[in-house]
Amino acid sequence: MPTVKIPPVLRAQTGGESQVPIDGTDVGEVLRGLAAAHPGTEKQLFGDDGELNRYVNVYLNDEDVRVLDGLATGVGADDTIVILPAMAGGRGL
Amino acid sequence: MPTGAELIEMIKAGIEEVQPSEAHEELTANGVALVDVREQHEFEERHIPGAIHVPRGHLETRIEQFVPDKDTRVILYCASGNRSAFAARTLGEELGYSDVASLAGGITLWKDRNYETVVPRKLSQEQKERYSRHILVPEIGLEGQLKLLDARVLLLGAGGLGSPAALYLAAAGVGTIGLVDDDVVDASNLQRQVIHSTETIDVPKTTSARRAIEALNPDVTVNEHRMRLDSSNVIELLSQYDVIVDGADNFPTRYLLNDASVRLGKPVVSASILAFDGQISTFVPHQGPCYRCLYPTPPPPELAPSCGAAGVLGMLPGVMGLFQSLEVFKLVTGAGEPLIGRLLLFEALSTTFTELKVKRDPSCPICGPDAPQLADEDLGKFPDYEAFCSGSVLV
Repeated sequence: MPTVKIPPVLRAQTGGESQVPIDGTDVGEVLRGLAAAHPGTEKQLFGDDGELNRYVNVYLNDEDVRVLDGLATGVGADDTIVILPAMAGGRGL
Repeated sequence: MPTGAELIEMIKAGIEEVQPSEAHEELTANGVALVDVREQHEFEERHIPGAIHVPRGHLETRIEQFVPDKDTRVILYCASGNRSAFAARTLGEELGYSDVASLAGGITLWKDRNYETVVPRKLSQEQKERYSRHILVPEIGLEGQLKLLDARVLLLGAGGLGSPAALYLAAAGVGTIGLVDDDVVDASNLQRQVIHSTETIDVPKTTSARRAIEALNPDVTVNEHRMRLDSSNVIELLSQYDVIVDGADNFPTRYLLNDASVRLGKPVVSASILAFDGQISTFVPHQGPCYRCLYPTPPPPELAPSCGAAGVLGMLPGVMGLFQSLEVFKLVTGAGEPLIGRLLLFEALSTTFTELKVKRDPSCPICGPDAPQLADEDLGKFPDYEAFCSGSVLV
């Protein structure tokens, strides 16, 4: 089953889990599976048009899915999907 | 027994001597090893560009380290061509080098014939000692250390990331460090901002950091920039530096810095942290992606908790800030492979590193091929960055 790595800002929505196994054969199916299992993540991942929000980067292993086939990118059982929002912390945190 | 002069004649008769013009011609080709066999102080005073320095007294023990292939064409030189003649015989007859010559007349004749020489910059005795562990590393050496001493590095933020980065860059001998911060040291900073101390609570962070750096390394000139970066000052400030270390705590500053650095062609080492997680990448304009290629738009406030207060493990900015100083080292010296086009994620609790590929976005409005070159008069047209961070209060 593919593994989804959850960034710190979304962990409140996954009960603190940093990695969640979600079944699916493409990126979209896995991420929608994540949203179904942890509804708090849905609005942060997907816009009203059902597409990924532009401020959320999604990687299949180490490749940005946008340079692959986007949400239609095929996913294998051993693959890892990384959800990556920008972080700005540094100086004054 | 021959006299010294007769011996030199005999030796020279048994080796190949090349005239400066011939040697100069040969040295334009690759694969020729030019070896200076004089003493250390002579080499330091002046030498031929590209020369390897192996004093004659250490020739037998060290030459193989520098010229491992014994079929390499080797040209030896000294001051006048005598010591190099003896050295040529040693290499040819005793060490089995097959293609050795001695430069006739040495560097003296070479210079008289107006061929190029270099007068190397020198380190003081104190600097030689201080940086000896760098100089001993072949990838750094004296040359790399001089590059560090010449480098001008601007740190955005003298806080969690800036503290360790500044300390290690200062220790490494980065000659000029600029610190941008308008804050004062607070007791709650000291859990991670290790450049500050209990004694400097309520002191401006730039001043507190400058004191620590000056105590650590008097070679470093520290420029205090007690200000917030904005579109009116960013270009002038960045222009004074070679590399920017971004440890800013907000998105407006990160986008502003990115746009200005792309316009100026300045590399930015960017790191950020949250709770137990860190990210770092190095953005070199037009060589790799820029910050906007990676993050075209900032996240909404609920996904950007840095606009408000959040917690962080003290060691995490320590790790990430040191990675930033390491990136600066690579950019300045040219050693190794900086994190260009690579985003490194660090999860402190599991001690896991994840490397992601970041590609240039052909439609990037800042560094893409169709992006307009930002001219001076366009600087005021930076988007209103403050608006979207202060937007957090609207939620």
